Amino acid sequence: MFGKSSRTGRALQYLALTGYLIFLGFPLVWLVSTAFKPPRELVQLHPTLVPANPTAQNFVQAFTEQELGRAALNSLQVSLASAVLTVLVALPASYALARFRSKLGTAALGWVLLSQLFPFVLLIIPIFLVLRQVGLANTHAGLVLIYVVWALPFALWMLQGFVRNIPRELEEAASVDGATRVQVLRRVVFPLLAPGVVATALFSFISAWNEFFFALVLIKTPELATLPVALARFVGIEGTARLGPLAAGSLLATLPSLIFFAFMQRRLSSGSLAGAVKG
Amino acid sequence: MTAVTERPDVAGAGRPRGSTRSRSDRTVIYLLLLPSLLPILVLSVFPLLRGMYLGFTDARAGRNVEVSFTGLENYRELLGDELFWNSFKIGLFWAFGVTVLQFLLALGLALLLHQRLRFRGVARVLAVVPWAMPPVVVGILWKLVYHPDAGLLNEFFHRLGADGLRTNWLGDFSTALPAVIIVGVWAGMPQTTVVLLAGLQGVARELHEAAAVDGATAWHRFRHVTLPALSPVIVAITSLDFIWNFNSFGLVYVLTAGGPGGKTMLPMLFAYEEAFRYGNYGYAAALGNVMVVIIVALLAVYLRRRMREAN
Repeated sequence: MFGKSSRTGRALQYLALTGYLIFLGFPLVWLVSTAFKPPRELVQLHPTLVPANPTAQNFVQAFTEQELGRAALNSLQVSLASAVLTVLVALPASYALARFRSKLGTAALGWVLLSQLFPFVLLIIPIFLVLRQVGLANTHAGLVLIYVVWALPFALWMLQGFVRNIPRELEEAASVDGATRVQVLRRVVFPLLAPGVVATALFSFISAWNEFFFALVLIKTPELATLPVALARFVGIEGTARLGPLAAGSLLATLPSLIFFAFMQRRLSSGSLAGAVKG
Repeated sequence: MTAVTERPDVAGAGRPRGSTRSRSDRTVIYLLLLPSLLPILVLSVFPLLRGMYLGFTDARAGRNVEVSFTGLENYRELLGDELFWNSFKIGLFWAFGVTVLQFLLALGLALLLHQRLRFRGVARVLAVVPWAMPPVVVGILWKLVYHPDAGLLNEFFHRLGADGLRTNWLGDFSTALPAVIIVGVWAGMPQTTVVLLAGLQGVARELHEAAAVDGATAWHRFRHVTLPALSPVIVAITSLDFIWNFNSFGLVYVLTAGGPGGKTMLPMLFAYEEAFRYGNYGYAAALGNVMVVIIVALLAVYLRRRMREAN
């Protein structure tokens, strides 16, 4: 952009880049460092950036003594169920949307955008009332239901894009060769769709794994709490010695989305999925 | 997405067919769509409409509570509610502050990452990590940074010998809101950066070279080549950022829960408290309606001005 910049220009650019790296990186380093500090270093008057005697004790503690172990398991169940269900429900519809022109496709995309406008508080009260009526409030099933519905519009949009990328000629060739519709789907479409299915499942998994607001409102029994809710509750307990397990739990809670982002790196940087995860 | 040319979708084209076949095709299409559309209608569209309606009633928590239509009563009450005004002022300050800072910082970073600088790879990875973190974890992370005793920031000032600057960042009336805004910027910057970077990569290189040959300075090229080409992307991402920020909840809930003394009580936190602490469903829904109206109005003004500039 600044083509032939002068030497001072370059220096300024590196200075700016260093500033960004510090701003973005240091809080992360601090989280990692806190997660590996033994209790004695946590209560020190002047904490250090690098733990003198790093320990994995915090991780063990976070997942045994505290509620975080069970919460992580709950989160895993809910997120896996959401991912599988989202894909199963979205698959047929996305095929229909991609292969047959219909206004519904535009409507689904419009709904993705429109639904961003509304604050969750407008949704949560009626959803809460409906779920309570059918006995699903304060259950994982109710939470999964909400997560699937919430992930669906974007999942549809994403998957139908993948279907569109499969040349229709392949399907036609197969049916000319005498394959039935079901065979065409099973032998031609589904194998080629595998990356799209994985991406959609991951998207749905992560949005369920990270979600906080619905879980906070809908789940009242502490034993059923998901990881974000359990972590938020853990924050309320003050005392610097507790910061270690809290940081350890937070680090582990980040792992699934980190893996997802590593997986999606190329797509993310091309910008085609930039709207995928609500900030 | 690669360009697979769309065929005119005359139902059943290319297959041995008749009008009966196309009708059965249509049935198949609806059967395929039904499992997706039904849940969206029942658990997303319908609740939303009902939620908006609740804003015009006196709905309260509890079983078998009579709900009656009260028209604009909730809004009259909101107008006289000092806590509401306060929360909206904070909400707008937060949303504008975070969106503007986020955009400026992200634009700077995107421009840097667009250059051939060393450590660009590291920066690209680091720039995405905050985006990958659950909002609750971002809140916890910054609580550790701002911690009055064991925090990175206070220790940093101590090492600099500036102990006078040490403070309880999230607990002090004057620093809580700015501190929270910085966290919002940190959390939202990556996504904006990635979008802007993708936009930058779409700006034609030839335009730049032509402008450079004509003797345009770097600043001129940025102002008259890059910025106009980037402007649709900028409008889209700043609008979305503003909506997300205005509606954000988890981050500040973990950081301060609205405190100290309501200094960081964003509208969503206020609505959450009204609904689930005090059980005033109707009042909370009314608040939600007001938030929608404000967002739509602000976006309309913004988009109209941008459109006029573009013409």
